Amino acid sequence: MTQTEGLFNRLANPTRFMSIAAAILPWLTGVTVILFAVGLYLTFFVAPPDYQQGETVKIMFIHVPAAWLAMMGYSLIAVSSIGSLIWRHPLADVSAKTAAPIGAVFTFLALVTGSLWGKPMWGTYWVWDARLTSVLVLLFLYLGLIALWQSIEEPSRAGRAAAILALVGFVNVPIIKFSVDWWNTLHQPASVARLDGPAIHSSILTPLLVMAAAFTCLFFVLHLKAMTTEILRRRVEALRMTQVARAAAE
Amino acid sequence: MTRKQRRGVLIGVCLAVLGVAVGLVLLALDDSIVFFYSPSDVAEKQIGPGQRFRLGGLVEEGTVKRGQGTFVEFAITDTAKSISVTYTGLLPDLFREGQGVITEGKLGSNGVFVADNVLAKHDENYMPPEVAESLKKQGVWRGNDKK
Repeated sequence: MTQTEGLFNRLANPTRFMSIAAAILPWLTGVTVILFAVGLYLTFFVAPPDYQQGETVKIMFIHVPAAWLAMMGYSLIAVSSIGSLIWRHPLADVSAKTAAPIGAVFTFLALVTGSLWGKPMWGTYWVWDARLTSVLVLLFLYLGLIALWQSIEEPSRAGRAAAILALVGFVNVPIIKFSVDWWNTLHQPASVARLDGPAIHSSILTPLLVMAAAFTCLFFVLHLKAMTTEILRRRVEALRMTQVARAAAE
Repeated sequence: MTRKQRRGVLIGVCLAVLGVAVGLVLLALDDSIVFFYSPSDVAEKQIGPGQRFRLGGLVEEGTVKRGQGTFVEFAITDTAKSISVTYTGLLPDLFREGQGVITEGKLGSNGVFVADNVLAKHDENYMPPEVAESLKKQGVWRGNDKK
């Protein structure tokens, strides 16, 4: 076993993970609250209106971070799925399983806020262009993963099936990202993550990045909490099984 | 090779094959994934009258003429070619000369596009009004609304 693998295994020990998560969570929660307070203040009281869109641009401060987190959540599931397929590590299973509902909520939020933004700006709530459609597919992938976890009772089998689905579905993530460059769409091309630097003035970019940091911290708070809950749930289940087995033996 | 490495290689190969397959499918479907045709596309594809499609481009400067009620006439251009469009109905707030728009409808026999839906497309630039003003004054404006 190589040294890095040894370190990985030590960190991936569920008991050690529980104590690390318990130590990090209060701090991360605090940071999240502060970032949201600053971000929302900047959004509503400091950020100027856009020269074309006016105050409607404020929807961006929710929409864009939600969309980023929707894709990051799926990427996290894909990485966890590789961990679970290659190393068969239960903690990777737990990470993939618990990230799915959180990612689904962020995807839903991105779709709803985008739709509400689309009506006043584009003149429509929804069109079937490549960007909007691929994000809807992402939501269905999330829902499919959740359903798959629910439908197979044995955790290790459910984990393997979900990991394969998650990796197959991962092809959608680059499609979402580059859909606006590969095809013409109603959705405009990327404003922030582009080669020649952001196309957003700093007075609008700063609140956006603070909100993105707040959303990212919120994602990890929810994910860590959900992971510890899932580990505890599995322990309770294991205890119950041994009790049933013992009762049956007596 | 250990079992873990074998599994890793297997997953890698499967993902690569899947990626190539999806790439080829998307390439083949390219024509149906694009959301709209530009005036040049329309000329190139020789789309006949009566066929429904979406036409997109910039509203050509100086071509917007309003008629009775909500009737409006304008030309859509991709700077190479342009097509006249007629539309009756409410226009989105962002509609103006030089703005990117996408219209949905059919070509008439006279070559005029009869739209029943107009959507505004906005670009990826965001800035406060003052900044937009000063950019225009300095003549370094790179947005598509040149006023």
